[in-house]
Amino acid sequence: MVLGFADPFDALFRVQRALDQRLDSDWLEDATGGVGAFPPVNVFRQGNDFAAVIEMPGVSKDDLGLEVRGNAIRISGKKTIDYGGNASVHRRERVAGSFDRTITLPVQLDADRVAAEYRNGVLILSLPRAESDKRRAIKIG
Amino acid sequence: MAPAQDLEVQQKRELEKKDESTIPARVFLPNTDIFETEDALTVVMEMPGVNREHADITVEDNVLSVAGRIDFSKYEKMRPVYTEYNVGHYWRSFNLSPNSFDEHKIGAEMKDGVLTLTLPKAERLKSRRIPLR
Repeated sequence: MVLGFADPFDALFRVQRALDQRLDSDWLEDATGGVGAFPPVNVFRQGNDFAAVIEMPGVSKDDLGLEVRGNAIRISGKKTIDYGGNASVHRRERVAGSFDRTITLPVQLDADRVAAEYRNGVLILSLPRAESDKRRAIKIG
Repeated sequence: MAPAQDLEVQQKRELEKKDESTIPARVFLPNTDIFETEDALTVVMEMPGVNREHADITVEDNVLSVAGRIDFSKYEKMRPVYTEYNVGHYWRSFNLSPNSFDEHKIGAEMKDGVLTLTLPKAERLKSRRIPLR
């Protein structure tokens, strides 16, 4: 084992452990409505703001719909799989279908500044906190 | 094509290797479809977060191996508050029947985190007349 390799993998291990510790925490409000739990969502804090990282491999950008309203984000779309005409299938593990999920954050968002980036089957939503929701220091008189 | 149905979450499966890894990080198995047409075998693997530069495809001794590395550096400065899935590199291999594919013509395409490999079937060895001397 070359010692030089240890670092990047340790870093990944730390990330994996950190994600495990927050598995299905109750931070996200119960109102994760919509149909089903696809796509799976991870939510991170970045300073004052939040980011959601959502995996949906095989979903084309054109088939993906995003809406924001108040502190709720709606993610809907469909995933299609095309085997081609006369193919015989040996192994089928991927699933196709439609999805519609709304996640509600326990903070107010600045809807105008919510940004989305979809790359390599991963959707990253930048969720800036609304100015009115930010913490203010209170002066003690 | 199957009618539209509500999509369910597929839990990521971890790679189980015979040999224990020297590194602690977990590796995941990409969900895979394999189908065959007259001319080729197609292998489709889901590896969300892997870009084309970080997918590594090899065929050696009739074993097709695919490794996909994710860029997790962006996670190091983010603090998770709620998670439903974990992230990690991907690895999976399949045994191919010997000499049935043209290894040098394997096509690979990456789109939306899905890797599609096309393995063209090898031309059957033509029967050959043996010259008499």
